[in-house]
Amino acid sequence: MATVRIPPVLRPKTGGQAEVEAAGAEVGEVLRSLTSEYPDTGAQLFGEDGELNRYVNVYLNDEDVRVLDGLGTAVKDGETVVILPAMAGGCAP
Amino acid sequence: MAIDTTRVQAIEEIEPFEAAEEIDGGDVVLIDTREPHEYQEAHLEGGKLVPPGLLADEIATAAPDKSARTILYCRSGNRSAIAAAQLQQLGYENVASMSGGILQWQEQGLPVVAAHGMTPEQRERYSRHTLLPEVGVDGQVKLLNAKVLLLGAGGLGAPTALYLAAAGVGTIGLVDDDVVDASNLQRQVIHSTERIGMPKTASARIFIEGLNPDVKVVEHNGRLDASNILEVMEDYDIVVDGADNFPTRYLLNDASVRLRKPVVSASILGFDGQISTFVPFEGPCYRCLYPTPPPAELAPSCSANGVLGVMAGTMGTLQANEVIKLILGAGEPLIGRLLLYEALGTRFTELKVRRDPDCPICGEHAEEIPESEMGQFPDYDAFCAGAGGDRQSIA
Repeated sequence: MATVRIPPVLRPKTGGQAEVEAAGAEVGEVLRSLTSEYPDTGAQLFGEDGELNRYVNVYLNDEDVRVLDGLGTAVKDGETVVILPAMAGGCAP
Repeated sequence: MAIDTTRVQAIEEIEPFEAAEEIDGGDVVLIDTREPHEYQEAHLEGGKLVPPGLLADEIATAAPDKSARTILYCRSGNRSAIAAAQLQQLGYENVASMSGGILQWQEQGLPVVAAHGMTPEQRERYSRHTLLPEVGVDGQVKLLNAKVLLLGAGGLGAPTALYLAAAGVGTIGLVDDDVVDASNLQRQVIHSTERIGMPKTASARIFIEGLNPDVKVVEHNGRLDASNILEVMEDYDIVVDGADNFPTRYLLNDASVRLRKPVVSASILGFDGQISTFVPFEGPCYRCLYPTPPPAELAPSCSANGVLGVMAGTMGTLQANEVIKLILGAGEPLIGRLLLYEALGTRFTELKVRRDPDCPICGEHAEEIPESEMGQFPDYDAFCAGAGGDRQSIA
């Protein structure tokens, strides 16, 4: 099992959880496990073509999967997958 | 203190001009054996302060190599001679004391790093900075001469401005077109109840000038857009991005890459914050990290979702820390690193950010943009349509 770090904007879709355990041998499989457990996260992570949305960054531990093997990057037990969408808040009233 | 004259006589003494030649030649460890207040007044360039009372404790840090050529100086040559003898006893093999000290050095017209440009009041005010080897008088003078532009005088900008002003950053520009609202005061610590309704830039000026008269405040009471951003940014060394919307963040990024100005960028929401430092062509830019803004449902605002006030303070002070390091040229700024902070768990996570060779702004082919397109910005509002809504005030 890998640990998936859920960004604030997706936490309403995971019952408020900031971390979720998910199974999978590759990053894509881990994310698919997440979306099958919490279906509302799916549309925000993946486009209609099944590809990861471009505005969502995914890291395995501290490395961007774009510089690894993308969604095919192998995930070992206990590793952390971080989902990171851009945030703009500087906070106006 | 009784001086062991046999020891003192046994040490090597050199004239200031001989010391100057050796220092110019390099490979010399130069130790200033005076007190901190003397050091702050004036010292030899490259001289490391090791006060006599702390010699035994601090010399190993200042001069780790006992075989290296080590030259000591003080005011007139007495304390450095004693210190040289002590160093020989500690096993230093190649020590010399500069006779006549910094007084004779200056009499011979040799240069010193002096606290010129700093008034007695400033030396007092910044003494806790100048005591730090990483800052020193030189660093404080750099801070006093630095010009920093803050985008937003709100949740992030307020704590950033507070600490930059306290640190003596000489010019602080503030861009904001908003007025102080009661709902700001839970986190925007430079504003106050009595200034509700006042433009934030004016309120910030009152606070900053009250804290530190050394700081010149420049108010840009308006919005940044493609028509004015280059002109506004041109006068500043570093930009701090605390904008609350994506169009402004992308616009700022593109302008900063073109002007080659570093940007310290943070964002906050709820209990979460992110921060990174973008130095054009040295590390990635904002577009390398986020090539595309998210749709509106993934870009909620603090006004709709809330934000923990102290967390804005944490991220804002981290921004100030980055700015000060960039000005001093000290430490390791967050270049190529994105730091995430989660306040509920009190947890920091660091992610690597790499330059994107295909980045349209700073990538390998970005240099090919013709001169005629420089300064021409795409329609950010269309680019970011639906991402964070319309361009809002920046705070």
